[in-house]
Amino acid sequence: MAGALLEIDGVVKRFGGFTALNRVSLSVRAGERFGLIGPNGSGKTTLINCVAGSLRADEGRIVFDGIDVTRLPAHRRTRLGIARSFQIPRPFTSMSVRDNLGIPLEYAGHARGHTAAETAEILEAIGLGAKAHLRPDGLTQIEMRKLELARAMAARPKLLISDEAMAGLSSAEVDDILAILLRLNGQGITIIMIEHIMRAVMRFSERIVVLDAGERIAEGTPDEIVRNPAVEKAYLGE
Amino acid sequence: MRGIVGALLVGGLVIAAGVGLAGARVNPYVYFAGYVILQYVVIATAWNILGGYAGYVNFGTPAFFAMGAYTAVLLIKSLRAPLPVLIVAGGLVAGLLGLGIGYLTLRLRGTFFSIATLALSVVLQTVIINWEYVGGSRGLSVLRPAGPPFGSYVTFLFTVMVGLAVVAVLTARFIERSWIGRGLAALRDNEEAAECMGVPTLRLKLFATTVSGFLLGVAGAPFPYYVTFVEPNSAFALDYAVNALAMPMIGGTTSWIGPVIGAVLLGTAQQLATVTISSEMNLFIVGVVLVAFVVLAPEGILGLARRLRGR
Repeated sequence: MAGALLEIDGVVKRFGGFTALNRVSLSVRAGERFGLIGPNGSGKTTLINCVAGSLRADEGRIVFDGIDVTRLPAHRRTRLGIARSFQIPRPFTSMSVRDNLGIPLEYAGHARGHTAAETAEILEAIGLGAKAHLRPDGLTQIEMRKLELARAMAARPKLLISDEAMAGLSSAEVDDILAILLRLNGQGITIIMIEHIMRAVMRFSERIVVLDAGERIAEGTPDEIVRNPAVEKAYLGE
Repeated sequence: MRGIVGALLVGGLVIAAGVGLAGARVNPYVYFAGYVILQYVVIATAWNILGGYAGYVNFGTPAFFAMGAYTAVLLIKSLRAPLPVLIVAGGLVAGLLGLGIGYLTLRLRGTFFSIATLALSVVLQTVIINWEYVGGSRGLSVLRPAGPPFGSYVTFLFTVMVGLAVVAVLTARFIERSWIGRGLAALRDNEEAAECMGVPTLRLKLFATTVSGFLLGVAGAPFPYYVTFVEPNSAFALDYAVNALAMPMIGGTTSWIGPVIGAVLLGTAQQLATVTISSEMNLFIVGVVLVAFVVLAPEGILGLARRLRGR
């Protein structure tokens, strides 16, 4: 597909005898807001682990920005422009919020040693400016999620994968995170959103792919997905 | 840059003070005990590069120390190699061993890594016990070279150890304050997150295990000349494993000065106990102090100082 930033082609991932992903293919265009949904255990996180490099795909190919990244270690992929946030926040607990951002800036954002101004800018944009000096254990849930996003941003990505950044947040907080992601997309960053909060995914995504039991069962605009009987079956059963 | 110049300057002053003390002809026991304390400064600092900065707890310190010592024994017996060669070679062999355990971190994390390092020490000790050329289980007497460059041979070794301690501490300080140290701290906090933030975790871990191993070997290389009789039980002593871990824990693991504080305090206490009470008291003291710190001040003296200042 022309203008594809990420091309996933026939990816298979097995854990022992269990096939978590079975020949999943999809492609994400540059600048797109892409939603990835599916019931629990459908393979969403496994798929993005294969994309980000935390897991290696057993079969298939993953091409990012014209480069085959299937066998690259995660840190190389981050440097090429794939950043992710974790479902359960994984901050660097011994460092201040500011220093948490310093790591990706220095290692992936090509700002060796001169990170102060850029850190301040990212934290300000995401609404953590006043918390820069705090340790992560002094943050609230939503601030922790924002830190995850801020840290992913500090890697200066082309593609941002947001893994359930809104789970467990209040309605107003969901809107807050949604606004941040929309703004980042406005700056030209392609975003893959994995989310269980349908209201958020439907509002955010231009296109959605649905996974169920490791297989891709549907693709389309939010409207098409809502009306798709296969999707309804996957979520609600027969 | 100014920080580096300052650190080198302080390092130079410490060496000068060491040389001055070596020429002062005080009671020879001072040099004998001082050597051991300085040796622990090197060991604690080296251990902390892996255990403190990267968070990989190494119980196999005796293996690395003994690699340095036995490389020296081998080179003394076969080639009568001079001391600088022994130190470099001992460091290289132990560094290579460090590189090896670095690859273990691919599969083993946390407690499992620590257990593997402990096993490594046992395996290597068994190898040495069965290697007759370096003395086997009976041990081997080592003759010191005649005529040290200055003073007696013990004061000379004392001065050498001052130099090695300065090199080790400067290395640790440099690593801690560079991008390497920041990357190690990130992977200590969360390895997967660090990798996803662009940190080449494997390469940094290999660097840490190699440098840590190298410095532990360096600490062990002059050991044959210091004791003049090397046997497996003293080269692979449990003391090294316990002290290497206890000293940084007591001083504070997050900064280069922590292991230095811990080594000087605990090392001095042990040396005093050896003369005044009995040499058996050594590990007892370490045990009691370590338990007290783990319970009352888990971040060591540095953490304690920070907390007091914060109030």
